[in-house]
Amino acid sequence: MALLEVKDLKVRVEEREILHGLTLTVNEGEVHAIMGPNGSGKSTLSHVIAGKPGYEVTDGQILFKGEDLLEMDPNERAAKGVFLAFQYPVEIPGVATMTFLRTALNAQRKARGESEYSTPDFLKKVREVSKSLNIPQDMLKRGVNVGFSGGEKKRNEVLQMALFEPSLCILDEMDSGLDIDALRIAADGVNALRSPGRAMVVITHYQRLLNYIVPDVVHVMSKGRVVKSGGKELALELEASGYAQFEDAA
Amino acid sequence: MPAVQETVERVKRIDVDQYRYGFETLIDSEKAPKGLSEEIVKFISQKKNEPDWMLQWRLDAYRRWLTMTEPTWARVDYPKIDFQDLYYYAAPKPKKTVTSLDEIDPEILKTYEKLGIPLREVAMLEGVEPKPGEQDPARRKIAVDAVFDSVSVATTFKAELKKAGVIFMPISEAIREHPELVQKYLGSVVPTSDNFYATLNSAVFSDGSFVYVPPGVRCPMELSTYFRINERNTGQFERTLIIADKGSYVSYLEGCTAPQRDENQLHAAVVELVAHDDAEIKYSTVQNWYPGNSEGKGGIYNFVTKRGDCRGNHSKISWTQVETGSAITWKYPSCILRGDNSRGEFYSIAISNGFQQVDSGTKMIHLGKNTSSRIISKGIAAGKSQNTYRGLVTAHRKATGARNFTACDSLLIGDKCGAHTVPYIEAKNSSATFEHEATTSKISEDVLFYCIQRGLSQEEAVGLVVNGFVKDVLQQLPMEFAVEAQKLISISLEGSVG
Repeated sequence: MALLEVKDLKVRVEEREILHGLTLTVNEGEVHAIMGPNGSGKSTLSHVIAGKPGYEVTDGQILFKGEDLLEMDPNERAAKGVFLAFQYPVEIPGVATMTFLRTALNAQRKARGESEYSTPDFLKKVREVSKSLNIPQDMLKRGVNVGFSGGEKKRNEVLQMALFEPSLCILDEMDSGLDIDALRIAADGVNALRSPGRAMVVITHYQRLLNYIVPDVVHVMSKGRVVKSGGKELALELEASGYAQFEDAA
Repeated sequence: MPAVQETVERVKRIDVDQYRYGFETLIDSEKAPKGLSEEIVKFISQKKNEPDWMLQWRLDAYRRWLTMTEPTWARVDYPKIDFQDLYYYAAPKPKKTVTSLDEIDPEILKTYEKLGIPLREVAMLEGVEPKPGEQDPARRKIAVDAVFDSVSVATTFKAELKKAGVIFMPISEAIREHPELVQKYLGSVVPTSDNFYATLNSAVFSDGSFVYVPPGVRCPMELSTYFRINERNTGQFERTLIIADKGSYVSYLEGCTAPQRDENQLHAAVVELVAHDDAEIKYSTVQNWYPGNSEGKGGIYNFVTKRGDCRGNHSKISWTQVETGSAITWKYPSCILRGDNSRGEFYSIAISNGFQQVDSGTKMIHLGKNTSSRIISKGIAAGKSQNTYRGLVTAHRKATGARNFTACDSLLIGDKCGAHTVPYIEAKNSSATFEHEATTSKISEDVLFYCIQRGLSQEEAVGLVVNGFVKDVLQQLPMEFAVEAQKLISISLEGSVG
């Protein structure tokens, strides 16, 4: 079943069109990789799906579980199950990670009409999840991402993904700023979250990440469109031949 | 409804306009005519049955005030005040009587609910009184309970304080009952000649608190607890004097997180603290006065002089303030570190929204040896407000080994507000160590979006980020107020983004 349907999406940023009619369908349980050179519109796509301000959708549609995503506020989208793992997670000084996690999780639950977690239940859940991701309890007491290494920041994103249990995870350049060990830990965390009811969209420049998170479908983006789609072997092909061949196709 | 709007509505409800434009016709024996003169000063003193020395003190101040001019150095802008066009004495006006919580505007009840103030206290703060011959027994019960309850609690508090030997009473009573203490200490920290507004206050002060904690006594309760159920009506020229004798300790909280209504536009309070050897005073303020309407009209001018004197060795004075209200704030709670090894602290959260103007900070005056001070200031500017930190740290020639640490952080919300930091640092001996850190940041769109992507609403996101920003200072507040203050901060900033 289609979880996410992007239809002929056109997006502008300050009068400049970045996406020129992008179409993409992601089914439940699938992992899609979106590859493409700088400026091809990969991050714009992820931001528009999540609802970041500053983008103007001039045409097209985004359906999530059959509902019009563009009609929803970004926090509503989050409560419905859209999760964006940021390329550069921000720091929030003075707000303990634990407080942040609980505030966010309860806000989502409240929006869905579910009961808020009690403190003991919440702590139990966080401990389980953080243990499986090798996240020390001490890190949860620190301010959100304050003084975290690149690897810790990405693990914190994966922790939130595991905690909030979204049905769509968009990973925006998860490999940027990570050494190979940190990448492996983060990727293991993501792989553990693959499930039949959940889809993932992995945005990356490099094929390297896809050795760890193996996609079902690979899309190539160029100049604001998807120009080619294929199986995981397409990524290897790109690694060998580069993006130049698609520049003209777009 | 945003908090500012709530306050506007609230003030409308108490007919602030009616006061401003129609009050002149209401002259009765409980009110002095407009303007200030020796006659008015005498009238005030007489109304309060003051002894002659007090009257002379007021008159001296008044005569000196005539020779002074208003300070203009603060970064605030307001029309010139006509001091002859103000009232200087009005007996506390009885509150509008309501007989049940049902009669209170639901919007106001909502504010209380957001602050987490129990209904029983709301009834007290809103002055719910039982109507004579009230028919509805259920309604009546709420009111009666609330009133009875507070009286008995207050009485218990009084008994407990008395047992400990702590003197805690309105300063007008202390002038009559403890003249030796008042004469010894009044004006000893903020002299009558100190500054324009302090001198004015000395001439016409209305009332305030007097606290004396005897040697070696640890005041058995936070004096805040008392105020929570006994809303004071001290008038616009408040005068407070707190003395902690050798080895004693007292914690005092002024103000309330509940929306504060007041019909006087100019407030010029003076607070004096004296800490003797090994004594400690902790003074916390939560200020939530009417900030003016959405066009910047009206609102309280809050021109306050607060100063603590660490008179004894090893004494300590700590100021903590959460300032969210007033149209204009001009306030510098300071410490004179006279005793050797004495310590001064200043923790401040100053929030400005709408058209508010804040010029606030502290002075740490190091006179004794090995004195230390710490300043943590968090300014948050939103809307079209201007927020200035102004601070002085100075070490006297003899203040060897003086140490200060200052951190001033400013947070901007939106792009129409301003934050300014004006630190003055003077060291007159080479062994002083002064550290100053300052940051100015904006709540970035990226941070907000990150929070919102995780399910928070815009306002929840701002509240979370701001509370993280002020956390160091909130921790200094007495426990029961920290939670309310945190909510107050979120309420003050409602509608400030987007």
